Amino acid sequence: MSVFAWEEPALNLRLDRRRRANAIFTSLCLAAIVLAILFLAILLVEVLRRAWGWVDLQFITSYPSRFPAQAGVLSALVGSIWLVVLTGLLAVPVGVATAVYLEEYAPAGRWRDLIQVNISNLAGVPSIVYGLLGLGLFVRTMMLGRSLLAGALTMSLLVLPIVIVAAQEAIRAVPPTMREASFALGATRWQTVRHHVLPAALPGILTGVILAISRALGEAAPLITIGALTFVPFLPDGPLSPFTVLPIQIFNWTSRPQEDFQRVAAAGIVVLLVLLLTANAVAILVRDYHRRKVNW
Amino acid sequence: MAAASPQLILPRSGSRTSVRRRVSRLGDRAAFTVVLGCALVSILTTAGIIGVLLFEAVDFFREISPLDFYGGTRWAATFDPPSFGVLPLVAGTFLVAAIAMVVALPVALSAAIYLAEYAAPQVRSVLKPLLEILAGIPTVVYGYFALNTVTPVIRIFLPETNVFNALSAGIVVGIMVIPLISSVSEDAMAAVPRTLREGAYALGATRLEVATRVVFPAALSGILASIILAISRAVGETLAVTIAAGATPRLTLNPLESVQTMSAYIVQISLGDAPFGSIEYRTIFAVGITLFVITFIFNLLSEAVLRRFREAYE
Repeated sequence: MSVFAWEEPALNLRLDRRRRANAIFTSLCLAAIVLAILFLAILLVEVLRRAWGWVDLQFITSYPSRFPAQAGVLSALVGSIWLVVLTGLLAVPVGVATAVYLEEYAPAGRWRDLIQVNISNLAGVPSIVYGLLGLGLFVRTMMLGRSLLAGALTMSLLVLPIVIVAAQEAIRAVPPTMREASFALGATRWQTVRHHVLPAALPGILTGVILAISRALGEAAPLITIGALTFVPFLPDGPLSPFTVLPIQIFNWTSRPQEDFQRVAAAGIVVLLVLLLTANAVAILVRDYHRRKVNW
Repeated sequence: MAAASPQLILPRSGSRTSVRRRVSRLGDRAAFTVVLGCALVSILTTAGIIGVLLFEAVDFFREISPLDFYGGTRWAATFDPPSFGVLPLVAGTFLVAAIAMVVALPVALSAAIYLAEYAAPQVRSVLKPLLEILAGIPTVVYGYFALNTVTPVIRIFLPETNVFNALSAGIVVGIMVIPLISSVSEDAMAAVPRTLREGAYALGATRLEVATRVVFPAALSGILASIILAISRAVGETLAVTIAAGATPRLTLNPLESVQTMSAYIVQISLGDAPFGSIEYRTIFAVGITLFVITFIFNLLSEAVLRRFREAYE
């Protein structure tokens, strides 16, 4: 007879089995993650492989064309940049102000809960529904037509919840002692927010801006709904100009049956991904610069 | 003699200090009005969505009875004579969403368990951002990938598959929502108190037993909420599905055939030029309000699950 329970052969066997189950499960879980990341890798490799030789200066500096070899992304690239800048100018101030209201001004209660629940619901509304809102409100009622401004207004409503939620988190992370010190010196609430809370929350707010920009750059469905064009052989000359953006241009090329246009679409995707990476990199650099300045 | 009590020094009215104070109070009030106004934008957005959708949809339902719309099994809005039974679009939408969940759930949940319970911090800090890139890729890119890579691979094994098919669309939408489920589920599992795990370990449980019988059930509300949100996202997904699943409204469960989702129909009409005020123009608002209500119910459900089944450890 054995002295210790774990020396019992039957128990030992069960423990072995349980340990083996654990080992198998661990490898399965790791395999799942690797599979997901592998998908990402295959996607990128496939796009790059098809775009190979199609992304060149001619592609960047040309307008769309019926001939794959002459087609380019110039109008879509410029349109995307216009749209993202306008969207940022509209969505960031409104989003940050909303976050300031919710975190610094609104008393806890029904009213604040209502706004908060409303924002999380808005975050779950499909993008195409925002397009219908833009079509009914900005294009028809406000008669902005199929313009950049109508597109940017629609897009800014779409990314607003992203900005608000990120800014709220950043503002909440500012220690209350900073506010109390400011109030103790006689500052008003706005002075406290303006000179202490917002500068301290800036890095977190910029994270929200990065997310919003990325979303606005990649989104096309609401712009198709408001009637953004798919063939634009000119550059937008102002906020009221007709326009197209990269995702719409890529969508247009992808829907064509010719194999060469699939190559052109892949080239467009490469330009879009590079633009996304650049926007992210710039915003991350700005954020880290500000983060180094803030310490408490 | 009484000790001199500290006196509050108030600026006389009209003095410089007083004016400055009044200006800053005025600024304070102005700032309050501005931030309140901005907060109202989000409320007005919701009101605007419901208002615009209802306004056009009501006109639509004046011509087509809601019974025909929600009970009809044939969608041929651009045909002559037209038929407005929305069920094929709804079925197509849910077929794609269901396939997406079959793809996403096993991968996302195992990934979440791995990241929350097994991964060393350094491994986690590499794997998690990589996984989240999946959510940052524009949906049009997924559509391209579905059409040019996923569908050809499917057709190697199942040659009868249509060029446009629900399976390929569902697979890429599934990949797209993996980070959505895994991130939120991982957060939910990370929020389970350490004491629960340590209690289980002290009783001799293996990591697998702790993960699946202690942490997973305790985090279930957050996990369920994330799954419901992912379904909602899959239902509303537009471009990838439009590119990959095609534009054939069809009441079918066969994933190898082309279907049309609600969002894809809206895109199809938006790309054409349906004249403003025509019945065709109004269909997209009727379909849109249906889509909005479905996703809205899912979002409410997700919040309710989170609140109803939240385990409190205080």
